[in-house]
Amino acid sequence: MDPEAAKLVGAGLAAIGAGMAAIGVGNVFGSFLESALRNPGAADGQQGRLFIGFAAAELLGLLAFVVAMILIFVA
Amino acid sequence: MAADAGKVDPMQQFQIEPLIGEAWEIGGFNIAFTNSALWMAVTTLLLWAFVFGGMKRELVPGRWQMAVESFTGFIDDMLEANIGKEGRKYLPYIFSLFMFILFGNLLGLLPVGLVGLHPFTFTSHFTITGVLAIISFSIVLIVGFWKHGFHFFSLFVPHGTPAPMIPAIALIEFFSFLIRPFSLALRLFVAMMAGHVLLKVLSSFVMDGLNYGIGTSLMVAIPSFALMIAISALEILVAGIQAYVFALLTSLYINDAEHLH
Repeated sequence: MDPEAAKLVGAGLAAIGAGMAAIGVGNVFGSFLESALRNPGAADGQQGRLFIGFAAAELLGLLAFVVAMILIFVA
Repeated sequence: MAADAGKVDPMQQFQIEPLIGEAWEIGGFNIAFTNSALWMAVTTLLLWAFVFGGMKRELVPGRWQMAVESFTGFIDDMLEANIGKEGRKYLPYIFSLFMFILFGNLLGLLPVGLVGLHPFTFTSHFTITGVLAIISFSIVLIVGFWKHGFHFFSLFVPHGTPAPMIPAIALIEFFSFLIRPFSLALRLFVAMMAGHVLLKVLSSFVMDGLNYGIGTSLMVAIPSFALMIAISALEILVAGIQAYVFALLTSLYINDAEHLH
């Protein structure tokens, strides 16, 4: 395969990681909402943990984006 | 990869250009006043004006004072929840950090391009976010070693770890500790860069769609433009969330240094 084409294919494959992170972030907020509706009184105290979970899930998707950007613009 | 003529280059917005003093040098390093430095100065001035306007200390706060106080109260509550009463002394740092990142993110989103100015999001550069992360990490290290001395290394062995597991756990905890400044800096930088690249890519769809004729205008340009507006709204949300996450994680790391675990 032509190296230039392989780079673009690799960048496209890295986008799978962004989609996976979307599942993760959706899972974090979905689970939070589900349990927050069961016990609204405890929800406000858990907002910090919500955003920690969000940050951890999102970081991995952003890493996939970095890989794509490196393949397209740097490598 | 260079952009073809007439196309929007999504990376061009991150170009750092010297504005004045291209020849200024200290020890062989160029110290020109760049557009990045200009926007940081603008952010600092606006932040100073915003906070200064709210420091009237009136008993019944007006709108402006209320806005500033709700920000300081928000950060104070976050520190109280994450660090406890010792968290109060980090309020100036965390508040400055949060507001600087928030203002920087939001200023970079302003549509001042309409009047010919070129907005520059300095938080989309790893050098800037990296320095902010290094400052946070240094505070963690200094506080940790100042307060606990070499006992600070017990951070790498969580309480109640079974003896045979200690070497493996300590190694993992050590690397997870060392990787913190990178993940902190990378998260902010990539989140801001990704959003701005996405907006520029969509804008190139809009322009190319309009240029190719009525069919592509209807099928491509208008949906892309609608998506651009939605993504811009999302970017405002992301600007707030990323500033909050940076401040939140910094306060969590400081909590580790204050209390070990």
